[in-house]
Amino acid sequence: MKISTEDVQKLAHLSRLELEGGKAEAMKQDLTKILGFVAAIERLDLDGVEPLVYMTDRENVLRDDDPQTVMTHAEAMKNGPGADSDYFRVPRVVEK
Amino acid sequence: MSEAVVTAYEAVIGLEVHVQMNTRSKAYSSDGYDYGAAPNSQVSPITLGHPGTLPKANSAVVRNAVRLGLACGCQIREYNAYARKNYFYPDLPKGYQITQDETPICTGGGVWISSETMAPKMIGLTRIHMEEDTGKSIHDLDPFHTLLDLNRAGVPLLEIVSEPDFRSGEEAYLYLQEIRKLVRYLDISDGNMEEGSLRCDVNISIRPVGREKFGTKIEVKNLNSFRNVQRAIDYEYERQCAVLNSGGQLFQETRTFDATKGSTTAMRSKEDANDYRYFIEPDLAPVRVTESFKASIAASMPPLPQALVKRYQEELGLSRYDAQLLTESKETALYYEALLATGCPAKSGANWLMGPVQAWLNERALDWNQWAMPAASLAKLIHLVESNTVSFSAAAQQLFPLLIAAPDSDPKALAETHGLLQESDEDALLAHVDAALAAFPDKVEEYKAGKKGLMGLFMGEVMKRSRGAADPKVTSRLIQQRLES
Repeated sequence: MKISTEDVQKLAHLSRLELEGGKAEAMKQDLTKILGFVAAIERLDLDGVEPLVYMTDRENVLRDDDPQTVMTHAEAMKNGPGADSDYFRVPRVVEK
Repeated sequence: MSEAVVTAYEAVIGLEVHVQMNTRSKAYSSDGYDYGAAPNSQVSPITLGHPGTLPKANSAVVRNAVRLGLACGCQIREYNAYARKNYFYPDLPKGYQITQDETPICTGGGVWISSETMAPKMIGLTRIHMEEDTGKSIHDLDPFHTLLDLNRAGVPLLEIVSEPDFRSGEEAYLYLQEIRKLVRYLDISDGNMEEGSLRCDVNISIRPVGREKFGTKIEVKNLNSFRNVQRAIDYEYERQCAVLNSGGQLFQETRTFDATKGSTTAMRSKEDANDYRYFIEPDLAPVRVTESFKASIAASMPPLPQALVKRYQEELGLSRYDAQLLTESKETALYYEALLATGCPAKSGANWLMGPVQAWLNERALDWNQWAMPAASLAKLIHLVESNTVSFSAAAQQLFPLLIAAPDSDPKALAETHGLLQESDEDALLAHVDAALAAFPDKVEEYKAGKKGLMGLFMGEVMKRSRGAADPKVTSRLIQQRLES
């Protein structure tokens, strides 16, 4: 499968990444390599083989509805932008 | 016939409703959620999307989904996979929402709506699926940043997608009321639209009456009350008709409702169409809903409002209006059920609940869940009236407040202590009647001269003298006898 520059730009946009200069081209080459690596699987005869989604065959792995205090506000904020406030601070999402 | 002369259009409307569950912990992590808690105080590494964390599905979410599905007559899917819906937005810390894509847990079924003026109609459901909420973005507190409160991130939601079965804003309004009632009866959600526990997006198009093909679909968002959903639909219908009638064209778009102006405006169009790149969530094992699990849920279902309305009308002979009022909330319905279980006559039980009890609550701005009198006590009070032991007015105006103040006491003993037992003993009553007439000799003359309206005055005087205990029918007969003798 071939990756076009438009594909790279679309993915970058969906991930809100800006690929400037030669970065888009470098990314295109990386993605092409990754897809080429995975494409090896297409050489196998997979007729009648169900897609493998889960690494185990377990079902109904459910927990009880028991609330727990897992971390404090300070712990939650520690590594985030705006640790000094009540909120995480990120660049403005909506223009004024 | 050319398009331009067609003026009769019908609206074709579908609703997407998100119900926020009242589970104690989140959908895929064990942190709790309380509306209005301090920002970012109810989070966990899973909620925050920290690398290396793994979600754990909450069993109560599956149970609630099956409850709602059974209540709406849906098919419940046996094999359920979770899916990732990928998009980038800061209030979605993982970069994807865990939802269901190709295997929604409920499909089909429907919700019945009706009103005083509308015959019952079923709104079909396309699907109900389980998913998680996002955090909250705050855009107006900091001039340079968007602020994030991630408490709500990961709170479980049920998305209920209807078929395009609505034809008016009123139908949508009735449907939302019915959904809210259902989730409250089922104890899945508090159903509070103002706090965001119920959210609704509208899809609306119009087409010439009689035509099968759908028109251009327009989505309306930002609807924060049932009335606003109805207003937005009514506005959109008029707007779309006006565009087509003036020879214009409609485009598929998303509009937002301005509640102050009562109108919708186009939202800035997204630069690209969304591409959510759904795939199966590999971190959560699939859920298999077995027949025995479904049966156990079915066995634990509470009575549901529509079944109760039907029973109250058909078996108890109540009016549609009374049946609706009694089932408006689960608390009222359960209380009425408890009252019926004591053998209380259906009609007088209904009258007492919708009359004196409701009035007492209204005067104090209280809810039914704050009504503490045991049903058995109220039933005894009602029995005193039914057996003519206490008059209705003495029961409602005097005994009832006394019983509220002492809910565990015996109503009959209370009536005795306060002299409220009805006097139908004619000798005792006659004494009151004679005293009353003696107090107003001039009025007695006027009555005899033809002013029959004075009867009320004499009745009132006897009631006063007997402290409300006089049997009104007997009293009225005795007064007449005395005056006309």
